[in-house]
Amino acid sequence: MAGIKTLIGKGTMAQNHRPWPRAVVTAETWAGAIAGLAAGQWNLLGLWGEPACVHMALLDATDGEIAVLSLDGASGRYPSVGLHHPPALRPERTIRDLFGLEPDGLPDPRSWLDHGNWDLRHPLATKPSSVPIEKTYAFLPAEGPGLHQIPVGPVHAGIIEPGHFRFTANGETVVRLEQRFGYVHKGIEGLMTGATIAAASRLAARTSGDSTVAYGLAFARAAESALQIDVPPRAIYLRALMAELERLANHLGDFGAICNDAAFALMLAHCGVLREKVLRIANDVFGHRLMRDRIQPGGVTGDISSDDFTTLRALVADIAARFPALVDLYDNTASLQDRTVSTGIVTTELVRQYAAGGFIGRASGRAFDARKNLPYAPYDSLAFDVPLLDAGDVNARVWIRIREIEQSLALVTQLLDRMPEGSIRSNLPAAGKACEGMALVEGFRGDILVWLSLHPDGTVARCHLRDPSWLQWPLLEAAIEGNIVADFPLCNKSFNCSYSGHDL
Amino acid sequence: MRKLLFQSLVQMPLTEAAPSADDKALAELGASLARVTRRRLGRSLSIREVDAGSCNGCELEIQALGNAYYDLERFGLRFVASPRHADVLLVTGPVTKNMRMALERTYNATPDPKWVIAAGDCALDGGCFAGSYAVVGGVSAVVPVDLHIPGCPPPPLAILRGLLALLEKVSAG
Repeated sequence: MAGIKTLIGKGTMAQNHRPWPRAVVTAETWAGAIAGLAAGQWNLLGLWGEPACVHMALLDATDGEIAVLSLDGASGRYPSVGLHHPPALRPERTIRDLFGLEPDGLPDPRSWLDHGNWDLRHPLATKPSSVPIEKTYAFLPAEGPGLHQIPVGPVHAGIIEPGHFRFTANGETVVRLEQRFGYVHKGIEGLMTGATIAAASRLAARTSGDSTVAYGLAFARAAESALQIDVPPRAIYLRALMAELERLANHLGDFGAICNDAAFALMLAHCGVLREKVLRIANDVFGHRLMRDRIQPGGVTGDISSDDFTTLRALVADIAARFPALVDLYDNTASLQDRTVSTGIVTTELVRQYAAGGFIGRASGRAFDARKNLPYAPYDSLAFDVPLLDAGDVNARVWIRIREIEQSLALVTQLLDRMPEGSIRSNLPAAGKACEGMALVEGFRGDILVWLSLHPDGTVARCHLRDPSWLQWPLLEAAIEGNIVADFPLCNKSFNCSYSGHDL
Repeated sequence: MRKLLFQSLVQMPLTEAAPSADDKALAELGASLARVTRRRLGRSLSIREVDAGSCNGCELEIQALGNAYYDLERFGLRFVASPRHADVLLVTGPVTKNMRMALERTYNATPDPKWVIAAGDCALDGGCFAGSYAVVGGVSAVVPVDLHIPGCPPPPLAILRGLLALLEKVSAG
């Protein structure tokens, strides 16, 4: 099979797109890429629009090659990817909502992020229309005797984000779940257009609060690729330190919260304490509990002292001492396992088709972790394992998190042991000419893609942020099918997808 | 499990109730909060959290109020599942246009007397999302706000202080 380079070799290569190539291709090559996606040859990393152009990022899972294909959309139409490759359905509905570009043949005519409340249509198009779309929305039908519908949200019962879930159930059994999102759409990509790098970095760090470090890092790496600057080694290590602390805090929180959704509150109590310890020390060391805005294009905002090393080592020792008892508790509580084992199964075929990352992909047999598969510094020189399971149920997603907590603890120690000396920030040069950068960073939830195009004056021409949730949310619809309604909170928490990261 | 539970019995609680040199603030806050709450609303105050468009950072810190260090419920403060059960709406985020109606309906579903706290910098005026085609603005652009708690996100202690400030305002008025 021809590689990804052969595929884009037919197109016109974009100058100044780094680190992976981008090519402007013909409709014929675009169709070839769609055929490759449908055949499982490529993974779809992202699909996004510009006012007169659509881009798709592809990954060749066999050799880790990445390329971006761009197709001219000046006519206002382009051949639909979603027609042949379902993971592209929601991105294409979004491109239509935001830019008014019509995917020819897209089987779903409904809007996605646009609910008819924006006072305009196609907000990111060159010329938005002042007539909003209709507010009505038709959910997919499910017909049969004894079926009933349960609408849930957007305001949910817990302290969580808003989204709508439409269940069709037969008795207790879920026949169909349909999600409807867009409630927290803030127009982040619209606000970024024309913004300075500093302002755009702030917005990126507020795309999904639980992944604020990962987003800050992804945006910074994309900007640094575009501007071709190197970051001092110490800053690279400090960034990874923050990224691993963020992963630890989130996985600890999830472990407790998943068990709590199976009515096992003891685990939440203990994990909540460990999570709080991580956040407090993050606050002591980095000056912010979630470490927000600490990563900036060029480096990091603050250094750490020798006392901070001691504090962080003590934190690792403390968690390492307390965590095994909680793992034993999970492993030896039959009533809890009864809820998690064989609940909410996602098949390997589906995670491969959707290129779903994070614990969702890795619990269903897709061995992908951007830190390992597309290694970026400092992970290319650190020793760690990427845990992999194939059961694909809630239990497997719990175990992936448990193993990743252990790996992150070991990574924090390695980062502290090898912390280089030196400066923590490089100055950003003036762009001077139009340039583009791209980054793929492993957040706690999965791989975050940032694609950034800069004007010659250094302001943002276009920035696209693809949350891992885009590739994971649709799988929740599949996971819950045939399960009981009461297991939905458990399945949903085991996914823990981001609403804000998805809605942008 | 027995071992863990037994340890919890013999270990000192993590909850920061006892006055200590470095965390005096929380302890003082705890005592006065409980006193004022009781006078005004009997023994409890029920809070309904509404995310009207936040990045979920504020939600993380609000959830943290339930952990053993802050143990919100000891003050008689608790989060409830329905606005019908709530005295206070704790609203986060810039209000997005797609959440405006849901926020209005949640407010209207909350029985009087009721108070609204807007938590986080975005909830004040939309923060860095102000001016977007998809954002209405701060919470007060949609429902009347009694108190604003700044921060991005506000740490749990700041949220506790905010709840106290609201109670004092309510008792004074």
